[in-house]
Amino acid sequence: MREVAVIGIGIMKWGELWEKSFRNIFSEAALNAIDDAGVDHIDSLYVGCMSGGLFVGQEHVGAIMADYIGQKHIPAAHVESACASGGLSFRQAYMEVASGMSDIVMAGGVEKMTDVSGDGATYALATAADQDYEVFHGVTFPGLYAMMARAYMKKYKTTRAQLSAVPYKAHLNGSKNPYAQYPFPIKLKDVENGVMVADPLHILDCSPITDGAAAVILTTVDIAKKLKKPIIKIIGSGMATDTIALHQRETLTSLKSTELAGERALKMAGKKIDNVDLIEVHDCFSIAEIIVTESLGLFKPGQGAKAAADGLTALDGKIPVNTSGGLKAKGHPVGATGIGQVVEIVKQLRGEAENGRQIKGNPKVGMAQNMGGSGASAVVHILEVA
Amino acid sequence: MVGIVGYGAMIPRHRIKVEEIAKVWGADAPSYKRGLMLEQKSVPTPDIDTITLSVEAAKNAIRRAEIDPKDIGAVYVGSESHPYAVKPSGTTVAEAIGCVPDCHCADFEFACKAGSEAMFVTLALVKSGYMKYALAVGADTSQGAPGDALEYSASAGAAAFIMGTKNVIAEAVHTFSFMTDTPDFWRREHEFYPQHGGRFTGEPAYFRTISGAAVGILKKANMKPGDFKYVVFHQPNGKFPLRVGKMLGFKKEQITPGWLTPRLGNTYSGSSPLGLTSTLDVSKPGDMILMISYGSGAGSDAFVWRVTDRINDVRDKAVHTVKLLDENQFYVDYGTYAKYRHKILKNK
Repeated sequence: MREVAVIGIGIMKWGELWEKSFRNIFSEAALNAIDDAGVDHIDSLYVGCMSGGLFVGQEHVGAIMADYIGQKHIPAAHVESACASGGLSFRQAYMEVASGMSDIVMAGGVEKMTDVSGDGATYALATAADQDYEVFHGVTFPGLYAMMARAYMKKYKTTRAQLSAVPYKAHLNGSKNPYAQYPFPIKLKDVENGVMVADPLHILDCSPITDGAAAVILTTVDIAKKLKKPIIKIIGSGMATDTIALHQRETLTSLKSTELAGERALKMAGKKIDNVDLIEVHDCFSIAEIIVTESLGLFKPGQGAKAAADGLTALDGKIPVNTSGGLKAKGHPVGATGIGQVVEIVKQLRGEAENGRQIKGNPKVGMAQNMGGSGASAVVHILEVA
Repeated sequence: MVGIVGYGAMIPRHRIKVEEIAKVWGADAPSYKRGLMLEQKSVPTPDIDTITLSVEAAKNAIRRAEIDPKDIGAVYVGSESHPYAVKPSGTTVAEAIGCVPDCHCADFEFACKAGSEAMFVTLALVKSGYMKYALAVGADTSQGAPGDALEYSASAGAAAFIMGTKNVIAEAVHTFSFMTDTPDFWRREHEFYPQHGGRFTGEPAYFRTISGAAVGILKKANMKPGDFKYVVFHQPNGKFPLRVGKMLGFKKEQITPGWLTPRLGNTYSGSSPLGLTSTLDVSKPGDMILMISYGSGAGSDAFVWRVTDRINDVRDKAVHTVKLLDENQFYVDYGTYAKYRHKILKNK
């Protein structure tokens, strides 16, 4: 396989973008990525999008986006793996360049979620759960993650304040991210004082409904050298799946797919988790970040909540997690989330993170963990400064 | 001088508390109260509808105007809950107050802006000399679907204004309207309850439209927020008017006299007009009042009013709005409310 690097990143301000359309937002991010890479064409396109059909009535996303970014006639594919669609898009693009099939490939992600009502968005998102055994009975994602939170908190005697530390840190980091949906800090107490969504998860434990897009350009390290661009190599890619229904898992307090995807990515990269300088994780709910950090091996089982509360995952902590603000503060346009994570890792590895968000000590290795549903899909990538 | 020569309000005496509604739907009452800044709302009993509320408010306006109703040349009722789909509310109101048959009559509808729309048109009619007096009413017995967020706010009430050129209480110094095609809230024919765009009703709809109207009228009048003694905004809940006021640079004390929604609910077409009546009740000669309505779909009518000396003579000639709001209340439970609001369906 050829060595592959990210040479261009593109993002746009995420939020409730009522004045912009599905194709608008993708085009904005994609053109930013093309500008950043300094290339005049792409050979192929992958677009991660969970449900253009249910959110805006638009499928056939690959072709429409290729056209609207001025690249019609190229091969273009829409990839879907629920909220991990972005991560999967990145993995597909990586494999296409690594295999020698194409030289310059864009991995993008997009979701336009606010054109439907809150109920409509909840319905669309719930299609990522098990229709027969979960959704039919009325369960939605806040409910599923609430069950995980309850099981975890009972097992490890986690406190409310420990859980709240996750969104508190997310907003602190997000306040320094000009592209974040909610770029403002919150108080620790705001979390438990917020509206209850699904006990024990309050509104600030939950990531929002977001319109947004992100795109990155991948090419071979050899071509990247000729383009004289900062080279951030992709050194590990791992994906794993699990039962789609939560109740069929052996445990609610760890995520097997994330554990396996992380192991596979680390093995491919020839690294250990201790070699990673920063991580973007899929904090769709506060409990998710806690469990994911444990499943990736950053902390021992039961220690993730305490680690967050002790500041180990803060910007200046032992291992910064979600320097972008995470899904919670940056926003969670589901199909774009995985690419948004890669954008943040590349910014940090290039030393370009804005507004004092740049972590100290010239980070060399970053990891992005993207997850679909209640963890039935997980995609982990490891990037390294060349 | 053109402006208001008489104003009047009417609010049903029945109320239902947020807790009572939340209890039925398993909702968290404290978060609704905090989030929407609502305590309770008015409930129309079966003998109250938009027409009866309009008649009572119009009578109070006539009491203050001290005019012969026969001199009223137009009756315009703005509402989104006209009792009939076909047949005007205004004719019944005109008949009841005694200004038929030599009278022009029309019903207006523009979501929550229908009342101020009638005010805008009646002002123009008397300003042009087309007629001596014209009556504008904003009234609603508004609908909120069971369990919907709107059910906590959709209430009932009416405000009436007689416009004229003599014995003016509040001069209409400037008007300005701001309108775009913004579908944030609607009810189609044959539907019982309106639908809304959730959070879309906020930033791109209410806040954008009211701010647009405010910026426009302040520029036209060459005035700034500090030049006004009071300001009245449309108030779909308690929170929005305070927030838009803050955004525009108004202080809470400028808003408070017309800020009725926390105790009243959203009277839709009656909302900012009722706020204006309670503000006039406490105004002094020379006070400047800014009023900005909002109707989904979407538009705002803005008015700069200057209160005249005559306010002191007429203020107490009819019931004050806060008296209607805060006295003689009768609380109902959800079952009674459901019956009153025809939410219980029976076979014919």
